[in-house]
Amino acid sequence: MKNTIKNIIKPYQDEKGSLIPILQAVQEKTGFISEDAVSAIALELKMSEHEIYGVATFYTQFRYTKPGDHMVKVCLGTACHVRGGEQLLDRTETILNIKPGQTTPDSAFSLERVACMGCCALAPVIVVDNKIYPNVTVPKVEKIISKKE
Amino acid sequence: MDFAEIRKKAIAGWKDLVSSKTPVIYLGAATCGRAAGIEAVAEEIRKISKELSLNIRLVEVGCIGPCYLEPLIYIQKNGYPSVCYGKITPRKIKKLLEDYLINNDPRPDLALGTLGDGQINGIPGLFEHPMLKYQTRLVLRNCGIIDPEQIDHYIARYGYLGIKKALGMSPSEVIDEVKTSGIRGRGGAGFPTWKKWEICHNVQSDDKYLICNADEGDPGAFMNRSLLEGDPHAVLEGLLIGAYAIGANHGYIYIRAEYPLAIKRLEHAISQMKSYNLLGNNILGSDFSFDIKIKKGAGAFVCGEETALIASVMGKRGMPMPRPPFPAISGVWGKPTIINNVETLGTLATIIRRGGEWFAGFGSKFSKGTKTFSLVGKVKRTGLIEIPLGTPLKTIIFDIGGGTSGDKKFKAVQTGGPSGGCIPAELISLPVDYESLMSAYSIMGSGGMIVLDEDTCVVDIASYFLSFIQAESCGKCSPCRIGTKVMLDILEKIKSGKGEMADIDKLISLAKTIKKASLCGLGQTAPNSVLSTLRYFRSEYEAHIIDKSCPALVCKDLIKYTISKEKCAGCGICREKCPAGAITGKKKKAHIINESLCVKCGICYQVCPAKYGAVEKKTGFLT
Ligand SMILES: Cc1cc2nc3c(=O)[nH]c(=O)nc-3n(C[C@H](O)[C@H](O)[C@H](O)COP(=O)(O)O)c2cc1C
Ligand code: SF4
Ligand code: SF4
Ligand code: FES
Ligand code: FES
Repeated sequence: MKNTIKNIIKPYQDEKGSLIPILQAVQEKTGFISEDAVSAIALELKMSEHEIYGVATFYTQFRYTKPGDHMVKVCLGTACHVRGGEQLLDRTETILNIKPGQTTPDSAFSLERVACMGCCALAPVIVVDNKIYPNVTVPKVEKIISKKE
Repeated sequence: MDFAEIRKKAIAGWKDLVSSKTPVIYLGAATCGRAAGIEAVAEEIRKISKELSLNIRLVEVGCIGPCYLEPLIYIQKNGYPSVCYGKITPRKIKKLLEDYLINNDPRPDLALGTLGDGQINGIPGLFEHPMLKYQTRLVLRNCGIIDPEQIDHYIARYGYLGIKKALGMSPSEVIDEVKTSGIRGRGGAGFPTWKKWEICHNVQSDDKYLICNADEGDPGAFMNRSLLEGDPHAVLEGLLIGAYAIGANHGYIYIRAEYPLAIKRLEHAISQMKSYNLLGNNILGSDFSFDIKIKKGAGAFVCGEETALIASVMGKRGMPMPRPPFPAISGVWGKPTIINNVETLGTLATIIRRGGEWFAGFGSKFSKGTKTFSLVGKVKRTGLIEIPLGTPLKTIIFDIGGGTSGDKKFKAVQTGGPSGGCIPAELISLPVDYESLMSAYSIMGSGGMIVLDEDTCVVDIASYFLSFIQAESCGKCSPCRIGTKVMLDILEKIKSGKGEMADIDKLISLAKTIKKASLCGLGQTAPNSVLSTLRYFRSEYEAHIIDKSCPALVCKDLIKYTISKEKCAGCGICREKCPAGAITGKKKKAHIINESLCVKCGICYQVCPAKYGAVEKKTGFLT
């Protein structure tokens, strides 16, 4: 882990205030922010671990457990909300049997709620593995997810 | 190469494209277009062109606005304007290519309109389309027209002439020109752009920062995304002009991580600028030097607020700070810092190039120019539009948007995002500008416009926004942190049918305190959605409280699903699809829903074939 972190930090070495891009790069590379990663970052940046957690937990982007193989995000932005996003989330929760922020026991799926993917004109949308599905209806949720299983 | 040569080469390249002998197909490839499936269409075109030995040039463009018609393509044949087609699928494309490219039939029955010089019999101009007809496109002038990854396309269409002109003026002259234009910040607060700039311009400092706010946290709004994806150089040129005016040498673009395509387009555009000496030292041979870095947001709505954004840029928790000091005097690393919205910056090049007076010719008395809006929600034609300020709501919702989807009754339009309010149907003639929206107890905000119909519950909308704000409150001030939670609890109580009339007064008094005692804009505007819906739709709150009913049939605890004995044909579709096993019935016999098993997912309501329409929602059964 130490070496991975060293390599990730290298391009940011001369730039002050780079903790957030570093955390983003770590998450991109390893899928989440592990305790080991935080210790290694702390060592490199000469910051306390508390400080790092303090910043990281302020932002919703960061995860601290390993995500599932597929990431399902249900949009609950305003446009999606008024066009039935809540029902899509209900349905997704039932199908996967998890709540937002959780991962299925077999590590196949993680579920998140997001506030707008910028695709509001085609609301409601859900996003699976970075692919946006437009104009989703409750019955369609099952089809989209079952394709991934 | 100096800029004159660059420009000559760019114009030649552009002419070559628009008068290409080989047919050109432009693909609407912004995020919406991709979601709607443009990539599969492109794949199919490549395949067909091989099969039919057609030589075709494919060009990816941004979005021209009628997102509801995505995927959009434009086919340009030598000597003709390009023809725009909507809702193209891989299955439809082959026939279309055969008809038009081989048999010379442009299929007027499928065409939406023509774009560019010239006419084609039977096909109107695209800008005659009702969604585009009422628009004035200044900021969006290139969106959907040029390839955003080709700096030469931008340059061929007057790009970087604004900064060129600005560099021949003094910074104060630039600020004066912006003052004449009357442009006010497009990010929400509507503060005159020149005023902020002047303060910063007058501060002495070796380092100054100009930040482009591309956080676009307002859920339901995507104007900034579209502009960055469709014409990134317009925003970057604006950054150059702003930086020159205030004397900034460092630039940041703070952009939300949810916009990967926009980030990619910006990174690409920035590297192209460098190769043309439009960034770095001695830009275009002048004394002006400037660099731009991209900072990705990490998912915190409050970071759209200026002081929080500055903290985040410095790698800290995004907590707002009291002012003074104002960022224009002390911002990033204690240096003078100006933050401008994407759209504000995207307008500047045109203002400088064509003059402030020209720009001030658009719009209304105190709100000059044009503004983009994302027209979404329960409206027929959803998409991105740009209109002169002062355009009546009615024109936007009915003429441009085509009225509500499904021809339900229009109820209200929500503007200003979580800080804004709901404008009711009675005020449909209201002109859309900063003052008029304020007078109707909403705000312009960044440009989200969410149309609500009779099937939308305003108590639900208010609690939706409040729960958003509550989750996004940074927690620094107790009125915002705790007050919004208490308000939200009351709204939840009302939504579940347990509200009392006294709750309304409690909401109002909490709202007043939160507005007064919060530090930043998030808290100060947090109660607006509740206050505006209470003002215009009090009776709907009362229905929830007194009659225990949700007239719009939304609030789960107050509705139930039933199957009409008369209408049910016993097709069994709902029984098959019900995830709770709550529906029973024999084939061709009326089905029934077991209320105690029903989880109110609404699936049966959606899957019951329209010709039967047998599943019904009911409310008002609790009293
Ligand atoms: C909670 C909160 C969120 C905001 N979010 C944004 C945003 O996403 N984009 C934006 O441009 N301005 C946002 N603003 C307004 C900015 O703080 C700032 O006023 C604006 O970027 C200034 O640019 P302008 O003068 O060009 O409008 C937000 C303000 C608050 C209080
Ligand atoms: S008003 Fe709310 S979001 Fe703003 S500083 Fe206070 S607690 Fe934070
Ligand atoms: S609303 Fe959902 S759970 Fe209830 S009967 Fe219909 S399909 Fe079944
Ligand atoms: S509200 Fe869902 S994509 Fe914007
Ligand atoms: S059509 Fe894509 S953003 Fe509108």
